[in-house]
Amino acid sequence: MADEVREPDHEGEPEAPAPPRPVEDRPSDEVAAALCDRFADAIFFESHGQSVVYLDRAHLADAGGYLRDDEQFTMCVDVTAVDHLVDGVRHAAPGVAPERFEVVANFLSHTRNRRIRLICEVPESDPSVPSLTGVYPGTDFAEREVFDLFGIRFDGHPDLTRILMPDDWVGHPLRKDDPSARVPVTFKGDPRPR
Amino acid sequence: MSDELAGVTDPNVLDPSEDAIAEPIGSQEAAADHPFHRVPADEARLERQTGEGAQELRTREREIVMTGGTWPVDELGDTMVINMGPQHPSTHGVLRIMMELDSEEVVRAKAIIGYLHTGMEKTGEELTYVQGATNVTRMDYASPLSNELVYATAVERLLDLEVPERATWMRMMLVELNRISSHLLFQATNGMDIGAVSMIIYGWREREEVLRLLESITGLRMNHDYIRVGGVAADLPDGWREHVLNTMDIVEAGVAEYDALLSENPIWLERTVGIGAITTEECIALSITGPILRSTGFAWDLRKAQPYLAYDDVDFDVIFTENGDVFDRYRIRLYEILESVKIVRQCVANMPGGDYRVQDRKVTPPPRARIDESMEALIHHFKLFTEGFKVPAGETYTAVESPRGEIGCYMVSDGSGKPVRMHIRGPSFYNLQAMGPMVRNSLVADAVAIVSSIDPILGEVDR
Amino acid sequence: MGLEQVSHNFLTAPLEDLVRWARRNSVFPATFGLACCAIEMMAAGAAHYDLARYGMEVFRASPRQADLMIVAGRVSNKMAPVLRQVYDQMVEPKWVISMGVCASTGGMFNNYAIVQGVDQIVPVDVYVPGCPPGPETLMHGILTLHDMIRTGELMKRRETTPHGGAGVTLEPASA
Repeated sequence: MADEVREPDHEGEPEAPAPPRPVEDRPSDEVAAALCDRFADAIFFESHGQSVVYLDRAHLADAGGYLRDDEQFTMCVDVTAVDHLVDGVRHAAPGVAPERFEVVANFLSHTRNRRIRLICEVPESDPSVPSLTGVYPGTDFAEREVFDLFGIRFDGHPDLTRILMPDDWVGHPLRKDDPSARVPVTFKGDPRPR
Repeated sequence: MSDELAGVTDPNVLDPSEDAIAEPIGSQEAAADHPFHRVPADEARLERQTGEGAQELRTREREIVMTGGTWPVDELGDTMVINMGPQHPSTHGVLRIMMELDSEEVVRAKAIIGYLHTGMEKTGEELTYVQGATNVTRMDYASPLSNELVYATAVERLLDLEVPERATWMRMMLVELNRISSHLLFQATNGMDIGAVSMIIYGWREREEVLRLLESITGLRMNHDYIRVGGVAADLPDGWREHVLNTMDIVEAGVAEYDALLSENPIWLERTVGIGAITTEECIALSITGPILRSTGFAWDLRKAQPYLAYDDVDFDVIFTENGDVFDRYRIRLYEILESVKIVRQCVANMPGGDYRVQDRKVTPPPRARIDESMEALIHHFKLFTEGFKVPAGETYTAVESPRGEIGCYMVSDGSGKPVRMHIRGPSFYNLQAMGPMVRNSLVADAVAIVSSIDPILGEVDR
Repeated sequence: MGLEQVSHNFLTAPLEDLVRWARRNSVFPATFGLACCAIEMMAAGAAHYDLARYGMEVFRASPRQADLMIVAGRVSNKMAPVLRQVYDQMVEPKWVISMGVCASTGGMFNNYAIVQGVDQIVPVDVYVPGCPPGPETLMHGILTLHDMIRTGELMKRRETTPHGGAGVTLEPASA
């Protein structure tokens, strides 16, 4: 179902303008097509009728700025992350090199009344992405939450501290290798021998 | 004023001279030069204020200030940092607000959350899709059915499942009933926070009627677990039409009463009009949705803008006002009750027949009677409620309009019976970001009104 | 001068019974709403259920004026020290009702974030089951507590444990 538009030649040169893509490879979605033209490594994927663009994580903030300023995506609705450590079947769009973490940002355009989702693959060795707070101040709490629960750093965030867990908490609870700390159920005072 | 108070009790300064008191409040440059404001004194003051006024969380007192993020200590001039919460009667549960005060005026405020962090997203990854609704319904406990709805629609989208028409209309009716009960709760608590204490009696009077109606339909007053993947848990009970219509009449009469009691009450207006104003641009920049966004003059409602369920087929209006202050947020929630009453009445009139859950054996358990006579049905029932069903690998984001704004569910499946990620975008979580800008330069008493008008449900903020 | 000259009726009673009677009829709860159960606690105090019948409609905002803490909702690890401090600020005699399964046992949230039972932090007198318990259930718990106050020891203080809790210990989570 996915329209693969991957151009490996231009990886590592984010500033260089990407050459126009072949017409048949262009995403059906105009915003996604514009993003793919602008960022060489962007990959469009249609997920259950929703537009999803996979991006190199270095471009997340730039893409956010582009969506806000040029495509009228007025609001960043949500920022979250996924840990794919123990997936049975790894869900990823064709052409995407899967990494352990994914940072997911949902955008909403009030004027055009549509949504788009950006997903960045984030490796375990260097869990960091550029912060969207410069473009969308409303992602402040959400990025702190992702930092708190996944340990993914948002470079450029003004106040990247734990938000939900206590400050002296060790670990990032929503990582799959962080135990959920399930306490075995005991029946205190049960007189019967066990 | 703060100079004077601090000077009297500050152990480091025994004799504050005359000019220190006469110093105009707020001129921080001049104050910084004065010996009174040397750094050790500030340190001691900070320790004392946070140690006394704060909830002592750890023995290391210095770090109390830092809890929940850095606080610019060096800029602390004539001001004083106090804590509100997490155990404070008007912070809607366990919200904690750190405020920097210049006498009565709030210079800065910061919401510190997480005191109700329940690890629901982690628990959601350990539960099957059948059990998941039980988990999400406890997030926003004032409007549990919206949570269940967004969860169920996310799973249904991954499954490509079409819900029967009757289930759609039942869902819509219940979500609107829930919106009524949630807004009635807001009217009660908002009134109490601002000082109209009789509102808690009146608001609960009508809310109780709605809760009884919900109990008769879903079996529980709260945390219903009624909207499930593929439909709803049970059909409507006998005599539901009369019960619903009677309750709607009671609610309408109640709303008229609140309107008469508050909307032109000079004390109420004094406390709410022009307090905590915010503009549309600020709201959009801060990802704020729901009644707060609509109170700024922007009629954005997902029920109209991106219709789901059967909102296309019912007639209702999106309430919006222009000023974006506490009073407007109160008014919007009041009149939204009436719009919801309108929708519920149309649901009663147009409720279609048919199945209340999809006849797809993959997600729907066999009827109870079949279990008694068929071994296969018993095994099927058992498997469905222990192992659940498998959902094809994929990811999706669904959003609906809860009473507090856009509630979203980002769901990732790896093809197994449990989600890889179940993330709920809680509207209160984002709306709370507006608290800082709205509270700035207001009085402490107004800060209470502002926090109340945001209507945060901490279960959803912290999840 | 004999008793027959007293012009009105009177009762004699042990002072202990009088104190217990007075205590039972004016239990002031602290506002300690945490989660869903707090909403039902408010419902119990509101018009339909009317806790005022038992002389306890006044939810005190300050723990120093309260003698009953209704732990209404799940207690997170972040909230636990706060809860303990509020309990310590209350003056003797004081009682604790653990409202709902989350406060009583952790309930369905058996994970890293939630204290598995508030009795690990404070001594609990009455456990009220339910998720959330309806106002009727809470009122039954309150009446049970009233009964305990009416028949209980007057002067007995709680035994203190080394770590100030209820004497329940928990093994640290491995890993």
